[in-house]
Amino acid sequence: MDELCVNCVRETCPIPLIETRKAINAATKGQIIEVTGTHPASKKEIPMAVKAMKLKLLSVDEKDGVWKIKIQK
Amino acid sequence: MAKATIVLHSGDFDKVYSALIIGNGALAMGMDCSIYFTFWGLQRLRLGALSKGHISKMHMMGLGKWFMKRKMKQANVASLEKLMKDFKELGGKIIACDMTMEVMGIKKEDLDQSLITEYGAVGTYIREARESDITLFI
Repeated sequence: MDELCVNCVRETCPIPLIETRKAINAATKGQIIEVTGTHPASKKEIPMAVKAMKLKLLSVDEKDGVWKIKIQK
Repeated sequence: MAKATIVLHSGDFDKVYSALIIGNGALAMGMDCSIYFTFWGLQRLRLGALSKGHISKMHMMGLGKWFMKRKMKQANVASLEKLMKDFKELGGKIIACDMTMEVMGIKKEDLDQSLITEYGAVGTYIREARESDITLFI
């Protein structure tokens, strides 16, 4: 199953959360979603949303101000 | 499912932002959400009027709003139209207040039907609010 990639680079609150939610809706069960972005608050808040929706947070990485969050539906 | 219910009484540009950002945040975090557009807020459901409100402070005949919109553009903040589209796409409900329509002489054809999920009055709000985890009056 391919990963679902969401690019939120330069997008600000609440767009990264919204786009992540759309991807979660579109994903099939077990599929991995990778969100990339730069907004600092979203890096903290996307994991909160993942937890609230009882999904699996696989990883959170950041390099040169760009973060990548992997979620499994 | 957990739920957020928001009353948007104000038609101010910045407060419509608050309602739609919080609403989208709730939906994005796995909740249901309804926004009740009433009184001055209902004016924003008129055709093409969503982003036509004044700002609540320092409007200065539109100068303050122009300045704020410029700043928002620089910060890459989404437009109200985009936030409304996302809100609907994520399953958010927009409720138009029947009573305000009567008081202000607003007809259904004056309002943007593509935005409105249903029409309701206080009973509809209470029915939803009593089973909500979050309820706000903006």
